Formats: sequence, C-alpha cells, structure tokens
Amino acid sequence: MNHLEELEAQSIYILREAYKHFGKLGMLWSVGKDSTVMLWLAQKAFFGQCPFPLIHVDTSYKIPEMIEFRDKLIKEQNLNLIVHQNKQALEEGMNPEKGRLVCCEHLKTRPLQSVVKVFEFEGLILGVRRDEEGSRSKERVFSERDSDSNWDYTDQPPELWDQFKTDFKKGNHIRIHPLLQWREVDIWKYIQWENIPVVSLYFSKNGKRYRSLGCYPCTFPVESNVTDIQGIIEELENTRQTERSGRAQDQEDAYAMQKLRSKGYM
Amino acid sequence: MTELTVQTREKLNIVAVGHVDHGKSTLIGRLLYDTNSLSDGAIEKVRHISEQNGKPFEYAYLLDAFEEEQKQGITIDTTNINFSTDKRDYIIIDAPGHKEFLKNMISGASSAEAALLMIDAQEGIQEQSRRHGYILSLLGIKKVFVIVNKMDLVNYSESVYNEIKENFDKFLSNLNIYPIEYIPVSAFNGENIIAKSEKLDWYRGVNIIEALDLIQKEPEPEDKPLRFAIQDVYKFDNRRIIAGRIEAGILKVGDEVTISPSGKRTKVKTIENWPTPYDKNLISAGMSVGITVEDEFFNKRGEVISHSQDKPQTSNLFNANIFWMGNKPMVKNKTYKLKLTTQEVQCEVFSINAVIDSSNLNASGSYNEVKKNEVAEITIKTREKICFDEFADFRGTGRFVIVDEFNVSGGGIVLKTDESLKNRVLDPKNTNFKPRPRLVSRNQKEARLQQQARVIWLTGLTGSGKNEIAIKLEKKLFELEKTVCYLDSANLRFGISSELEFSESGAYEQTRRIAEIANQFINNGIITIVTSISRYKKAREVAREIIGSDDYLEFHIEAAENVLKARSSKAMYELEGNSDSEMYYEKSEYPVYSLYIDDPEFNHDEKVDLIIDQIKNIL
Repeated sequence: MNHLEELEAQSIYILREAYKHFGKLGMLWSVGKDSTVMLWLAQKAFFGQCPFPLIHVDTSYKIPEMIEFRDKLIKEQNLNLIVHQNKQALEEGMNPEKGRLVCCEHLKTRPLQSVVKVFEFEGLILGVRRDEEGSRSKERVFSERDSDSNWDYTDQPPELWDQFKTDFKKGNHIRIHPLLQWREVDIWKYIQWENIPVVSLYFSKNGKRYRSLGCYPCTFPVESNVTDIQGIIEELENTRQTERSGRAQDQEDAYAMQKLRSKGYM
Repeated sequence: MTELTVQTREKLNIVAVGHVDHGKSTLIGRLLYDTNSLSDGAIEKVRHISEQNGKPFEYAYLLDAFEEEQKQGITIDTTNINFSTDKRDYIIIDAPGHKEFLKNMISGASSAEAALLMIDAQEGIQEQSRRHGYILSLLGIKKVFVIVNKMDLVNYSESVYNEIKENFDKFLSNLNIYPIEYIPVSAFNGENIIAKSEKLDWYRGVNIIEALDLIQKEPEPEDKPLRFAIQDVYKFDNRRIIAGRIEAGILKVGDEVTISPSGKRTKVKTIENWPTPYDKNLISAGMSVGITVEDEFFNKRGEVISHSQDKPQTSNLFNANIFWMGNKPMVKNKTYKLKLTTQEVQCEVFSINAVIDSSNLNASGSYNEVKKNEVAEITIKTREKICFDEFADFRGTGRFVIVDEFNVSGGGIVLKTDESLKNRVLDPKNTNFKPRPRLVSRNQKEARLQQQARVIWLTGLTGSGKNEIAIKLEKKLFELEKTVCYLDSANLRFGISSELEFSESGAYEQTRRIAEIANQFINNGIITIVTSISRYKKAREVAREIIGSDDYLEFHIEAAENVLKARSSKAMYELEGNSDSEMYYEKSEYPVYSLYIDDPEFNHDEKVDLIIDQIKNIL
C-alpha cells in the first residue's frame, strides 16, 4: 500500500468506528478542502451513502463562492445538511471588529456548542489535521468534550492500536478526527488522485488564491498563479509559509487556537 | 482508487522516548532546523516565546504547543511533527518523559515503527530510560536507536559513551531489544545530527539522519494467514456488505472462509467499492474493505473471518502481558471491558502471575493488584469466548486494551497459553494458581506423530455397535502407525465416575468428564476415540464446546429398532435409566456423520472403512 492508501484505509476505519458507536452522529462540513475530502471518504466507507447529517456553522461572513458550492453539492448528491447560525449574536451586530477571537467565539464556537445540544449529538466528526497548528497536533482521534464542549487537553486518556474512546459520561460528546494524520499536501494529492470536486477559491484569480478558507473578513489569499491541483502540490512542496498564515484569528495571541479550542472551537 | 498518477513518497513513523530532560524535544527541534523543515517565522516565534517566558532559547517550544507546557518547560502530551529527507517523509512523535504522563508516551509510541531512545550522557541511564525501553518491547517496537545526547557536557568522551552502551545493552537484552546503534550526539549544538562530527572523531557509526534512512519500513503482513475482523454489516441497498479491515493475509473472490467463533463456513462472493466497481479480485492486509458472501447468515461485529485451514484461537481464557495506565489499580474480582480488534467483551483478571517494576525489572512482592505504570503477567478470563492470536505471530489480533469505567486503562499482548485450556474453561475453587505455559506445542507433537489429533466421538443407543466399531477402528489406526487412545465410557463407570448415578444428570456429568479427558489427549497430539451413548443433545453440545467444534467429529451409530433389540442382549449394558427410556435419543442440530446399522450381524470392518474415509485428511 502506498502512503495515500494507508491514510484512506485508516480514515475509513475511523469513520466506520464512529458510525458503529454513536447513534447520534453528525459531520461538520465547512465546504473547505479537508472536510470535502472527509465527505468523500465517508461515502467511500459507506459505499456511496453518507449515513449521518452534515453540519455547516454559517457565520454569515463566509466567502459567497463557498455557499454556492455548498448548495450545489447538497442538491446534486441529495445530502442531508443542517445549517446552524447564531442569529441572536448577528442581530446584536457581532462582527470581527469587536475582536476576532470574540467574533470566533460567538459565531463559531457557540453555535457549534448549541448544535450539539439541540440535536443531542454523541459524536461529531471534524476534519482537523495535526499539521495545521500546535493544539491540533496534540489531539486524539476520538477526543471527549464535556457537556459545555470544553476540552481537558492536559489530561487526555490513552489512545492506542486503534482502540478509541467510546465510553463516556452521558451529556458529554466525542469529537472524531478521521483526518488527524493527513498533511496538507496529502489532502491535495488525494483530491488529485480521486478527482474530488473542490471550491474554485483554491485556484488563482488575479494572481491570488486561497490556501485555507474561512470568513472573508479574517481570511486572506496568498500570492499565487497556480490554477490546477498539480500546481498546488508543487507550490506546497516548496513553500515555507504555514497553511494558516492567512487566517487572522490564529495570529491574535500565541495561544489563540488552544484558547479557542479548549472551549469547543473546531 | 484509480490508477496511480500521483507521486507518493514513503512515510515512516518514529517516536522519540526517554527520561525527562534528556533532550527529546531538542533533538527533534534540531532535526527540523537542520533539514530546513521549519516554516518562516517559526524560529522567531520560538525566540519570542522564550523571551516572553524569561527563558533561554529552547527548540522544544516548536513542539510543546500548550501554554502549560511552555511555561513549565515540560512535554505533557505527544506531538506529531513532519519532516523529510531525500529518501522519504517522516512523522516524528515527541513523547513526554515524565512518569506521570506515561499514558501519553504510550499513546504516541503505539503508532510508531521505530524509536529513538534518548539518554543524557551526563546523567546516564535513568528510571524512564529503562521504563520506556520496557514499554517499547511490549509494544513490539524492535527497531531502536539509542541516542547518547549532551555529549558536549562530557567533553565528547568515548569512555562515557562506552559505559552507557555496556550498561544499557545488559538491560535491553533482557527485553529482547538489541539496538541497531548507539549514536553519540549533542542535539543542542547540532553535533552528529545531519553530518559527521569532528568532535566525535572516535565514533565510526552513522549520524541521526543516516540512521533514520537506514530503517527498513515494515511491509503489511500479507504473507500471514488471513485475519479479517468484522467491523460492521451494512444494508444500505440490496447488498449485504460485511465491512472491516484486513489485519493480516490476503482474501480473494471465491475463497472459502470460516467465521470464528461460530465456525460457520461460506465463500466470498464480491469485493465492494465506491464510486467505481473494484477492479482487482484480491484484498490484502491494511485495507479497509467491504465484501459480500454467498451464504447470508447472521454476521456481527467482532467475528473474525479466516481461511478454513488456519483459524485464530478461540477461548475464554488466555495469558497476557499488560501495562497498566489507570489511576485505580487493576484488581481481581472486578469486571472490565476488553477490546481486541472489533471484539468487545466483559472480562476479569483470573490470576496475577507476576508484577514487575518496569524501571528495573524487579518483581514486586505482592500479586494482589497491578498499580499505575506497572507491568504484569496476568491470566484473563472473558465472559464470552473471543478470537485471538499470540502477539509474537500476529500484531493486530494479538493485542488488546482494557477499559475501566470510561477510559482505556491498560494495554496488553497475548502470550502462548496451554492449548488444552481453550474453548471452555470453568472456575476453579481457588484462583491462586495460573494456567502454565508449555514448551512443546500440540502442533509440534502432531508433526512428530505425523497426524492431526481429533476426537472421534461415537454416539448411539445401547446395542448399536459403537464398541465393536471402536475397537476395530483403534486396531486399524494402530496398524496405520497412528498414535491413538480409546476412551470407553462404560469403563469410566468403574473408576473416575464410580460415584455417579445412572440418571439423566449423571449422564450429563459423565459426558462432560469424558469430553474433558479427551480434550487433554488431543492437545497432546493423540487421536482419541470415544464411545458414549450420550443420548442428550445438550450433553453432546457441551462436549463439542469443551473439545472445540473443529476437533470434535461426531459419528452417530444409528441402528434400526429390531437390530437394537436383537443385539442388546449381547451388548455390554450401560444402564442410565429404566428400560422404557432406553430407546430415547435426541439428534444433533449441527451436521454429524451418520452410520446406519440395519443388520444385527453387520460387517464391522466396512463401518470402520467408512470412518477412515471421513478422517483421511488427518492421518
């Protein structure tokens, strides 16, 4: 087996474990490259089905092409999508000018916490990867959150030999991370190999392309003339820029991601 | 997947372990720096954090991402870092060196194929150096480099290096770990990391990068017998797909397979795939797959599919080495959950056979419990039978975890267990003894005797001719130079079963005893003939369970009523009740061999030949 086949087999194994163990299960789909690959892997694991709903936390600040791509794919493939928004915070005028981390907390963390409560999810599948940033690199594949979605990252239980955490207190939930071992370049190689459709924002327009997608006030494209996947792979193999360098919330504080994620951020 | 058009590179997972402050994180930071694997600004960020925390520059901050880790200068949890050489890509796993974070060290190391075990040249071999060595051996990680770090603090002394090497070799050889090389380095100063160091001119071996590139990646165990653990069964459409991962071996369309522990047999019909049909007819170790089979009987998660001739062991009792990570000690008389591949069963500790302090290999005095961070040899008894293999032969099906309340609290590997203690094990009155390991296996004995041991169980009513067939069969097998034992149920009534009543309950106990005795014989490689009326279906089912359905060959000697009546005066009586019920017999629900006797003067040799014909594959 080559390296991509190994990653694929592992992710499918994880998705099937999640489906077997959690009656109430959902998959977070941000429309970005990672969670789009994850959706593809789910369809692969379940032979064309995605037997659980997709969840999109819509901050209302997403780049319009993302919403377009989202709605098109859902319609074409007849997928079950839950769109969740913190309407109250938006009505009260929440925006990044009130502080990027404050905005992330109100428009992303809180609606995510509430979607878990409303739908009583026991398991939530997320497309985070270890190579994205420090706090994610320390994640477990099956990672417990308490009833308020808090993550006790200083005392994580052991995880070995693909025996995952499936026993937990009622009211808590498990975050499942099938892509934890993938690297950014693996994602693109897999997209190329499997010919998976992705949103066009990743390809260069007017000398710029997005490397990581998020909300438009806090996400900035990188200089690039790359217009195809092979070009992206070559660019990644030669760059010294980090993937999330265009994501402004990460730069707010040395421990920004740890602080956000310990409270339930994706 | 479609044909390979994408360039993929080999990837190897390596873990860095060792005592706290012996320089694991520094070595990794240095490797990243020297191989140009750091992103822009990473070094500046580290410098900034070092200043913020009022500390000198620390490579470790590249890995210890948590605020708590950076402020306290310790590694709490394991981190994965990517870097590449010309040869391949690496994921290097930084494992914490504090004793209190051993569970995190194990979580990190369990996914590695090779290890760098760090020792501080100045401090020498410490508690976690040894403990981590022990854990590596339990995890089955044999490709180990010992890195003698901080050589700058001992003036790059060869004698310091030699002393560490000699002492640590003594310790590791007890664990069956033979390091590929001891590499002297100074991680902080970058000596002997990516290039030969002039300060270490006495050292002739490889540097770190050369060492990493030397490691041979383990191939998936395709050459082993098939083990396919069922993960789930899907019926999203008209297909009934059995999904799971191939732990070992290869499976092809059309293969005849056995599903353990039930023992059901079927054939592989299709290999399923999405979005395109599967374009090969074979699946192999490491793959997550889905298949359909020809007989759609009930399958469930936890069952193991194998080829019919090489099945996993099935038992409710086995010996294991475990390491305990739970805050509450592991004790007897408590129910835990055991997870092995996709099997989940309740289990208890049957006996604790040895408790070892993993930092010095000393046996602990008391065997009443296994405390956090201790290693032990125990015997585990599961509530239901499970399938497993010895870890030395099979990784995937030879290791398990134990869950206490909500958390995985122990990990273990399956050891060789006496083969007669398989299938069904009862509770002895005193649990202060353990099943003992043997030095000669049943397989070896069978090979010497040039036969495969089975129990040939002849059942049937009094007068059916069991005994006459059995003694001829024994003679025939003896003439064929087979080693054979004949257990005549009636003879047991004069000895081992002399206290039993001739009643229904007595008959049940008699059948159980003869099955247990026969089980001992076959596990010593001896073909064993049993004659027993065993008229009750349930009693024979118990015998079959004790012996194991593969080793139990049931021959029903069925005689017409007139034959029985004509012959019963001649037959040796074995009364089990009043004569009215003498004609009562319950047939088995599983397939058995049937020999029909319609002539009181039947030819015994003909019947023996029929039996020989059925068992010729074991002779």
